Amino acid sequence: MAKIEVRNLYKIFGPRPHEVLLQVRDGVSKDEILAKTGHTVGLDDISLSVEQGETFVVMGLSGSGKSTFVRCVNRLIEATAGEILFDGSDVLKLSKTDVKQLRREKLGMVFQSFALFPHRNVVHNVAYGLQVQGVPREERHQRAQRWIDVVGLTGYEHARPGQLSGGMQQRVGLARALCTDPEVLLMDEAFSALDPLIRREMQDELIRLQQELHKTIIFITHDLDEALRLGDRVAILKDGRLVQIGTPVEIITNPVDGYVEAFGRDVNRTRVLTAQAIMDRATPIPVSTSPRQAMNSMHELHQGIDYVVDGNRRYLGVVTTEAVAAAASRGDTNLAGALAESAPTAAPNDVLENLLALIGSQPPPDRGAR
Amino acid sequence: MNVFSQLGTWFQECSASLGSVFSTFPEGCQIPLKEWTNDGLKSLVRNYGSIFDVVNDQILFILRRLEGALLALPWWLVILAIGVVAWHASGKRGLAVGLALSLVVIGMFGLWEDTVRTLAIMLIATTLTVMVGLPIGILMATIRAVRATVNPILDGMQTMPSFVYLIPMVFFFGLGNVAAIFAIFIYAVPPMIRLTNLGLRLVDKQVVEAAEAFGASTVQVLWGVRLPLAMPTIMAGVNQSIMMALAMAVIASMIGARGLGAEVLRGVNNGNVGQGLEAGLAIVVLAVILDRVTAGYGRRLDYSTGSS
Repeated sequence: MAKIEVRNLYKIFGPRPHEVLLQVRDGVSKDEILAKTGHTVGLDDISLSVEQGETFVVMGLSGSGKSTFVRCVNRLIEATAGEILFDGSDVLKLSKTDVKQLRREKLGMVFQSFALFPHRNVVHNVAYGLQVQGVPREERHQRAQRWIDVVGLTGYEHARPGQLSGGMQQRVGLARALCTDPEVLLMDEAFSALDPLIRREMQDELIRLQQELHKTIIFITHDLDEALRLGDRVAILKDGRLVQIGTPVEIITNPVDGYVEAFGRDVNRTRVLTAQAIMDRATPIPVSTSPRQAMNSMHELHQGIDYVVDGNRRYLGVVTTEAVAAAASRGDTNLAGALAESAPTAAPNDVLENLLALIGSQPPPDRGAR
Repeated sequence: MNVFSQLGTWFQECSASLGSVFSTFPEGCQIPLKEWTNDGLKSLVRNYGSIFDVVNDQILFILRRLEGALLALPWWLVILAIGVVAWHASGKRGLAVGLALSLVVIGMFGLWEDTVRTLAIMLIATTLTVMVGLPIGILMATIRAVRATVNPILDGMQTMPSFVYLIPMVFFFGLGNVAAIFAIFIYAVPPMIRLTNLGLRLVDKQVVEAAEAFGASTVQVLWGVRLPLAMPTIMAGVNQSIMMALAMAVIASMIGARGLGAEVLRGVNNGNVGQGLEAGLAIVVLAVILDRVTAGYGRRLDYSTGSS
């Protein structure tokens, strides 16, 4: 079952959202609604599901409704219509008290502007969620300390947010969100306010943390590079509508429309696409093949080079036509003598950037006669 | 009710005199607000006089105690204490020493006792101002309807000539210090209310949102986040209220406030410029002390600058 399932979610800003909702459902455009009724359509029929342990990225430009979306999940903004099922029960139907309970125990949130409490030091900021829950002082400070250590802020416990750099402040924000051990982490443009180097560092940090914690994360961003780097799946919003949902590779290789494609244009594909996406099916030769036979098959396939595998189809190395010919003239019965020094290998999920580095670092085996 | 029957007769008279309405302002149309107010006040005092008496006695008791305590202490100890507080608030030693020395000079004018009396009145009126102004300010910041109602009332209160407040106070409490304290309180409370409201509403919305995102209740957000972050502005409100209270303390001498104000009034009545100047200087010193102390604490509570 999905951790969070969103069904036909609408948010309309204005004094009479429910009247306008009917028009939105009839398919009147966002601009027309604004001109005719003065209402702004924030979210228009969003349906998606977020799986347990997944990093789900919602991306879009400003005004696309992505921040509205994430605030609907914890009801900082009240949706106009639709359902948000959290472990199967509808968040939008919860009473005020239950919403508080949900926020306290199951949801953590990280903000673009950090939104730390300037009058509290780092420990008190991180422990805030626990304080709200009524956890005794001693215990909440212990638990806060643990997360301060995890995000690498040991030694800054008593500093105030104003004394820390942007990156460090957002580490506090992250620790504050994690301190209550929430099931779902909502990250609203969490790294957008940081400079590129620090942003990259924080992304790595999040990936590292996520490998240990396996939280369900809803990550909002306007940066496709970031979306593709962090997301197991990415949803793209435009004008409050869901344009496409897919894995990073799907978004890049198979954009549904020009909008998504335009987004993907500036992305460094070598960082997104993996070896899997570009690999071809090879016809390897078993090592037991006689050199003469090998020469024939390579000639047929117009290959100057081929991959050699053992009886279990495990990769052993490459042979060139030249080496095979030499082995044949030596009278070898198999290809073992013709195997070239083992060529570099890559795993299917290695990104192309890494493959390029491999290729650059090593001269290819001699292509032989051709 | 009485007022309604009065309103009825007023309407009859008014319509009867409509004939000559264009030549002179119709006499029957005068609104007797004067009489209504006076009648209302009279019935208020007649029916609830005992409550005013109780309040009067309580405030008077506290005032006497405070005055007595401050006057019983050796003058140099009080001055030293004020100096230390000023130092603690502002962090400037020179300022504290200067203020203490000015107090000594006032003592040499022979105004030490009057200064202490005024200080006691100020302390009580200010406490009252904060006790009433803070909750109203909080309500204004939280409830839109309260804001819509209170704002025009405050506008009216602040434009009303301050002398007008003196009269009903005499009605309720008779001539004397308590009437003066309440007149001061009414004159000084608007900035306290306004700046509390403003401070709470100026708190960074995103920080408030963060607190809510962690499931904080309205009360938790108020106490834990909004009030602490609004403190600099609220302290500015206290500061403004005190400055207005000092101004009113002089005017309130007309209804029996003792202290420096009475000294100024005496100077006016006797045409004694020197007497007025001495008392006036003492008030200036008192104002500077109270201003620096409250402004100093306001600055120390400001976390937006990042230091401390």
